[in-house]
Amino acid sequence: MFRIIKKSLKTGVVTGRYPQSAALQESIDPAAAEKAKPFRQSLVIREVDTGSCNACEMEMNALMNPVYDAERFGIRIAASPRHADALVVTGPVTVNMERALKDAYKQTPDPKIVIALGDCAITCGLFKGSYAVTGPVDRHVPVDVRIPGCPPRPAEILKALTELCGKHDRRQAAGS
Amino acid sequence: MILALVLTAAHAMILLAISPLLVGLIRKVKARLQLRQGASVFQPYADLVKLFRKEPVISTTTSWIFTAAPFVVFSSTLAAGLLVPVFISHVPLSFAGNIIALVYLLALGTFFLMLAGLDAGSAFGGMGSSREAIVASLTEPAMMLSVFAIALTAGSTNLSTVVHQTALLQGIVTDPAPHLMAFAALFIVTLAEAGRVPIDNPATHLELTMIHEAMILEYSGRYLALIEWASALKLTVLLSLMANVFAPWGIATTPEPAGLGIGLLVYLVKVAGLAVAIGVIECMFAKLRLFRVTDLLGVAFILALLGLVFFYILRS
Repeated sequence: MFRIIKKSLKTGVVTGRYPQSAALQESIDPAAAEKAKPFRQSLVIREVDTGSCNACEMEMNALMNPVYDAERFGIRIAASPRHADALVVTGPVTVNMERALKDAYKQTPDPKIVIALGDCAITCGLFKGSYAVTGPVDRHVPVDVRIPGCPPRPAEILKALTELCGKHDRRQAAGS
Repeated sequence: MILALVLTAAHAMILLAISPLLVGLIRKVKARLQLRQGASVFQPYADLVKLFRKEPVISTTTSWIFTAAPFVVFSSTLAAGLLVPVFISHVPLSFAGNIIALVYLLALGTFFLMLAGLDAGSAFGGMGSSREAIVASLTEPAMMLSVFAIALTAGSTNLSTVVHQTALLQGIVTDPAPHLMAFAALFIVTLAEAGRVPIDNPATHLELTMIHEAMILEYSGRYLALIEWASALKLTVLLSLMANVFAPWGIATTPEPAGLGIGLLVYLVKVAGLAVAIGVIECMFAKLRLFRVTDLLGVAFILALLGLVFFYILRS
C-alpha cells in the first residue's frame, strides 16, 4: 500500500519518454481542424472496433499509459458514444459490424468527428476484397481524419490527435 | 436582508466554482502517483463548457423523467450545499433546514438519478440503479448516525449552530472520541456517496464494474454536463461538511470582510487537503468487490454507532 506511494514518488513522472514520431504521413485536413475547434481543450473519444485484429486497440490503449499519457492534452476515452466527441474507428467494416458503426455514429451527439485509425479502416488493408468486409469506413460514415499505419505507433496517433487539437507535445520536444 | 442575499449568492457561487476544481485536483494527484503528468487541474471546466455546447441525443424510449432528472439532481445538491456553512458559520438559509434535511436533499438527488438510470430501459442503466440503491440504503443509516453523534455533542441538529459553537469552542466535550468516530464514518460515507474508489471507480470504462457511471451512460450534451457538475458539487458538499463540522476553526463567526476572507481561505485549504487525501486513497486501494462494499459500509455504520455510544458513556 505505502510501497506503491513510495515507489511512485521515487520514480517521478515518466510521461514523454518515448521516441519522437516522424512527421505525419497524411497531414490534418484544414476542414477537419476547423470541425475539431470545439474540442481543442477537451476531446472525448469512443473507440469503435469494426472487425480489427486488435493491434490498433493495443496502440490506442498505450495512449493512456503513463509514458504517452494523452490525458495531459485533455483527451479521454469514454464508455459510451453519447459521451464522445470523436469516434475512432479501427478495422475494415465487416458485414456484422456495419450496423453497429452506423448506430454508434447516430448516437454520438453533434458536433462530432470521425477518425479512421489504421490501414484497415482507411483502405480495408489486408482484408480488401474479402466477402466478409463491406468496405472502408468512409463508405459508411463521413471520415474527417485518417491515421495510416499497420498499426500506427502510439506516438503517431498522439501526434495526429494533438495536431488536430492545435497543441504541441512540449514535454516530448524537451525530453529528446 | 440584503446581506443575507449577498452571502447566499456568494455561497452558491463558491460551491459552483470550486467543485470542478476539486475533481481536477483529485485527478491530478492520481495522475502524479501513477507516474503521469495528467490533465491540468482546470480540465473539468473545459469539459463542462464543451458539453454545454453540444447537442444532446435523447433516446426515443425515455419519458419526462430522463430530461427532468439532471435538473432535479443539480438543484437538490445545490440546495443541500447551501445548508452547509462554507466561509461563515451562520448560513442565511439555516432556518430552512437542519442536518436531516441535508441528508435527504442528497438522497432526493440519488433517487432521481436512479430513476433516470432505469428510464431509458438499457441493461447497464438498470444495473447501475440497483447497485446505487444498495449503496445508498447502506450509507444513509451510517450518515444519519454520524450526524446524530455530532448533533448530540452540540445539542442541536442545525448545522449553523453546530459549526458556530464548535468554532467558538462552546460546549465542547473534553474527549474527542465521538467526533473522531463520526469523522471516520462520514469519510467512508463520502467515498461511497461521491462514487470514489474503493466503492466505485469514476475513471472506469468497464460497464460491468460501474455504479454511478452506469446510470449516466445514456446522457449526453448539456444533460450530462449538469449531472457531472452535480456529482462534483455533491463531493464538494460532503467535503465541506467534513471540513467545517469537525474542524471549523478559521471560519468567520461574524459577517466582517476580513473574517470572511480568512474564512474562505481556510476553507479552500481544508477542502483541498481532503481532496488530496481522496486522491492518495484512490491510488492505494483497489476497488472492492461489490459484495464486500456492504462490509465497508457496515464498518462506517458501526463507527458512527460507537461514536453515539461513547457520547453517552463519556457524559456520565
